[in-house]
Amino acid sequence: MNTTLRISRTISDIIAITRRNLIRYTRLPQLIVFSTIQPVMFLLLFTYVFGGAIQTSFHDYITFLLPGIIVQTVLFGSMQTGIGLAEDLSRGMIDRFRSLPMAHSAILAGRTLTDMLRNAFVIVLMVIVGFFIGFRIEHGIGEFGIAVLLTLLFGFAFSWVSATVGLMVKEVETAQVAGFIWIFPLVFASSIFVPIETMPAWLQSFAKHTPITATVDAVRALSLGQPWHTNFWQALLWTFGILSFFIPLSVYFYNKRKN
Amino acid sequence: MDKDILNYIKEAQGAGMSYEQIAQELQKAGWSMADTLRLLLSSAKHVDASPVPLAISADNIKKFFGSIKALKGVSVKVPYGKVFGLLGPNGAGKTTLIRILTTLLRQDGGSATVAGYDIHGQADEVRSVIGLTGQYSAIDDYLTGRENLELVGRLYHREKKEIKRRAQELLDKFGLTDAADRQTKTYSGGMRRRLDLAMSLFNRPRVLFLDEPTQGLDPQSRIALWQIITEQVAEGTTVLLTTQYLEEADKLADMIVVMNHGEIIAEGTPQELKSKIGGDVLEIHLNKGADVLRVADILRDLAKENPHVEEELGIVSVPASHGASTLLEAVRLIDKESIVISDIMLRRPTLDDVFLTLTGHKQA
Repeated sequence: MNTTLRISRTISDIIAITRRNLIRYTRLPQLIVFSTIQPVMFLLLFTYVFGGAIQTSFHDYITFLLPGIIVQTVLFGSMQTGIGLAEDLSRGMIDRFRSLPMAHSAILAGRTLTDMLRNAFVIVLMVIVGFFIGFRIEHGIGEFGIAVLLTLLFGFAFSWVSATVGLMVKEVETAQVAGFIWIFPLVFASSIFVPIETMPAWLQSFAKHTPITATVDAVRALSLGQPWHTNFWQALLWTFGILSFFIPLSVYFYNKRKN
Repeated sequence: MDKDILNYIKEAQGAGMSYEQIAQELQKAGWSMADTLRLLLSSAKHVDASPVPLAISADNIKKFFGSIKALKGVSVKVPYGKVFGLLGPNGAGKTTLIRILTTLLRQDGGSATVAGYDIHGQADEVRSVIGLTGQYSAIDDYLTGRENLELVGRLYHREKKEIKRRAQELLDKFGLTDAADRQTKTYSGGMRRRLDLAMSLFNRPRVLFLDEPTQGLDPQSRIALWQIITEQVAEGTTVLLTTQYLEEADKLADMIVVMNHGEIIAEGTPQELKSKIGGDVLEIHLNKGADVLRVADILRDLAKENPHVEEELGIVSVPASHGASTLLEAVRLIDKESIVISDIMLRRPTLDDVFLTLTGHKQA
């Protein structure tokens, strides 16, 4: 088989798998809730319940919150990657795929791509809801576009972390627990919901140096027209670091099934 | 010179002469014994000995999971167009063998070809000519039956139009037309299995692997599935199926391999396997509380074979080499001991009996 044919088949396989995953999303009620109502609920609850109590340097909390909460949403969304893979493994779908003359890379690529597309949808939804409750893009639309792309790419990277977890544990319930248990402290000990300066010193030193804080700070700076370059490159470095570690690792766990 | 002689041998063979006759002729013509042998041997080498092409040829396949020897060197040869049954209890290694032959698992020793392709070096070629139906219906619950089929079609890289046509054709053939556009989570067990099988047949595989295809199905769905498999074979598909149901192997398979603990312990046609335990089987059912072991002793003496005893159920069975006269004699002897028989029968041996004879215990 020549290279062109191989590439075109791989792309067609990725599209087929992605399509199948997206159809599933529209038909699974809990996934619809998870990717629409839940993030919007988070946005509203944080804005109106905690917003008044949290002091930021901005005129209202939503301006501070939205750039952070889209990163949080994307991270939670990425955890679906591992759950989806574990589900396909336990139900024999992956074996079915592997018995077909398709590109095996499409199984993982299709899965992570699906979750990136879903994340894109959720970001749009949250920005719209955010607009109605007072969020405004303070600076150029171009910068905000970069912020969204960075968020998506960051989520894509975490999809591969999640894929690794899902392929390691193989069971849906375990994947659910294993996927979320470590993400909560990372999400809350970051600059997503509150300025890091309000945390105790020991926690600050942790929170300041996580990939999440780096990304949130970059996204926030881009959205609000602050100097963003340092944060941006830091976030990008984290993202590619995670990708270059976890893509090979998840491929390793995927291939391990052959032994 | 040798060449002329070789041609002569070939012609002589063609004329129906045996090797002995040819050897005599050669010696008459003055060739020494050693030369005669040499010539005959080299002529034999020239005989076109191309082997019968095999759908599956596995040679000494080994597989270890840690310290567990799942397969201890299994060899099978399956000619095209046949149904090959792998029979054995859980843990015998049947599924492991199927997973290796379908390229899902890498063997630790030995080699195999499927439809002429090496399972290791030509995995993609193998995948394009096989169909696999695993132990659990590998269908997507949230897709419709049609969507499931079309997904598989896309992954076989077929033309759009052809995918639609083939999906419809399979839906019709497998009695899923009415349910085609329903999500498969609403399907019954039998429907799911049929869809699963339809997906495996999408690309018209030359070799179809079925891992316990009727597990968990009600008798009616099972018979319907047997019908489908039989039809596929009639269309020329080679089938390798694993089963724990002896009846199923008996019904479907042309050849059966009996596996236990990662090894082949017997092989042959269903008929051959049955004949391994000789003629009919005498089976005696006793009333509750009857002296089962005493009856077993009587039958052991009578049949000169170890009877199979199920003490709790009060059932004793033994090969009955003399058929009806064994039965009569058994009745006479047992009656003499005043043991009450609730039922007695002579029956054809089942594969269950074969398994019993081969392993000494009933299959799990």
